[in-house]
Amino acid sequence: MTYLEFEKPLAEIEGKAEELRALARKNAGMDVEKEAAALDKKAADLLRDLYKDLSPWRKCQVARHPDRPHCKDYIEALFTDYTPLAGDRNFADDHAIMGGLARLNDAPVVVIGHEKGNDTKTRIERNFGMARPEGYRKAIRLMDMADRFGLPVITLVDTPGAYPGKGAEERGQAEAIARSTQKCLEIGVPLISVIIGEGGSGGAVAFATANRVAMLEHSVYSVISPEGCASILWKDAEKMREAAEALRLTAQDLLKLGVIDRIIPEPTGGAQRGADTAIAAVGAEIATLLKQLSGKQPADLIRDRRQKYLKMGAKGLAA
Amino acid sequence: MNWISNYVRPKINSLFSRREVPENLWTKCPECGTMLFHRELADNLNVCTSCDHHMAISPRDRFVRLFDGGIFTEVAVPDPLPDPLGFRDQKKYPERLKAAQKATGEKEAMLVAEGEIGRTPIVAACQDFSFMAGSMGMYVGNAIIAAATRAVELKRPLVLFSAAGGARMQEGILSLMQMPRTTVAVQMLKEARLPYVVVLTHPTTGGVTASYAMLGDVQIAEPNALICFAGPRVIEQTIRETLPEGFQRAEYLLDHGMLDRVTHRKKLREDLIIVLRMLMHLPPPVAADLPAPKPVYVEPAPVDAAATPEAAPAETPKQA
Repeated sequence: MTYLEFEKPLAEIEGKAEELRALARKNAGMDVEKEAAALDKKAADLLRDLYKDLSPWRKCQVARHPDRPHCKDYIEALFTDYTPLAGDRNFADDHAIMGGLARLNDAPVVVIGHEKGNDTKTRIERNFGMARPEGYRKAIRLMDMADRFGLPVITLVDTPGAYPGKGAEERGQAEAIARSTQKCLEIGVPLISVIIGEGGSGGAVAFATANRVAMLEHSVYSVISPEGCASILWKDAEKMREAAEALRLTAQDLLKLGVIDRIIPEPTGGAQRGADTAIAAVGAEIATLLKQLSGKQPADLIRDRRQKYLKMGAKGLAA
Repeated sequence: MNWISNYVRPKINSLFSRREVPENLWTKCPECGTMLFHRELADNLNVCTSCDHHMAISPRDRFVRLFDGGIFTEVAVPDPLPDPLGFRDQKKYPERLKAAQKATGEKEAMLVAEGEIGRTPIVAACQDFSFMAGSMGMYVGNAIIAAATRAVELKRPLVLFSAAGGARMQEGILSLMQMPRTTVAVQMLKEARLPYVVVLTHPTTGGVTASYAMLGDVQIAEPNALICFAGPRVIEQTIRETLPEGFQRAEYLLDHGMLDRVTHRKKLREDLIIVLRMLMHLPPPVAADLPAPKPVYVEPAPVDAAATPEAAPAETPKQA
């Protein structure tokens, strides 16, 4: 388990409990279980307290936690017959974007998502979940196919943002994102999006312009990273805590603003401390949302989605 | 000698200096350094007469020089909720807005108008980089939706001049939501089979490029305009190498197939008239329709006059 900066006190307690138990294993007859159990309880209480009321900046850290389940974990656990479909038919296949046909509770769907990777090798291969134009163009192709064959689309969003690179710009990063958002608005099939970690700006919106958007409890969704915002508005990247606060990027604030429709609860201590529970909760939420949309006519799905975005911003937070 | 210089000349000097050095009479071209007289510069549409560098031009000045006879009618834009997040960085967001309104004399970062160019009826929207870097928030979203709605109502094409540093961070996620919102506006035009022409001006970046500014039927850019998603500085920090000369400039994008045309500001009106008349199945323009209109004085909209005492018409060329 990787401990976050604010989890240091927890790491200490859990470390002590572990030390005690290791000592007892070496010296037979030594009874430490009572003390270790007390430490366990202390750690559990602390964990609950820490996660009860996470500040926006801490939520950003949790959303980026390396042990948090990623797109690949969700696809493997929730879908059957997952058949990746590769390439944008123009230039390349972008490994930052997973996508293809799959079955969810036996019903065929198209699933698309950002994959960040979980060790150095896969992170590089996945480009840390930062897509290039090819990734968005692959998604457009898959959404188009879903539309033609009447398959619902499920997108799993987890990206720091679209990749800011030379080639990406040359091949039309902005245009690819714009067209992907446009495609999201055009398809006559249910489109459900779940933000499972980081919803980074335009790179996220290109997949998350959906009939229903759900967010995991500790995930974030923002126009800019707190660090980026701090360096522009505060002229000091170290002011990310203030920026995270001001940007209102938590699931709780976004629900109030009407930007998202549902919050999916995470296990105590975040999805990284109970991947199976978090994944199951996401699966159940997707099934519920799909049910809400089933039987709707293509024209209605398109109209509802448009109306939803046209109306957005009508209510503020009234802080 | 000394009594003259000490007693007479200072008075004479002060008389002259007051008249001779009012502010903004001369503008230095940021590209070649030539000093340009304000009238000459305005007559040349804020393009440097010596090196052709395209400087910023306010939406109001642009419209005066775009529409026939300099006549246009503003399209009303619904007011969004003010400061929806209660945003505060080093300054409060409403204070930043007020400062921008005072500095530009405009209400927000986009102006929408209807009128005719070369007797071709159009609706036009123009983004104002001098207003909080032209950033896209709820108001800009509302402006684009109002422009598209009006164009569909009147069955006219929409011409949009883009210029922005990206999304308005002070509106947080709601500024990001303008990407899908403005895309819906573009779809309204598409479904009504009306042309949507984007003129990308310096600079057009971030979420603006990644939504309505890249979705035009025809994409025209002004020479040397910076057009990108991620800015050059961000890219250099990420890939740690120096970018090639002209990277992300209009001509570079044209070479990479991202634009239809790069057009000099003085030729832009003609380009728009010719293209729009073909797309609208109108007869070819008559030569007499083409010359740029004589600049006429246009009464600026009464933008919260009390809050903005020094409103902008100073730069608007008056009737000769």
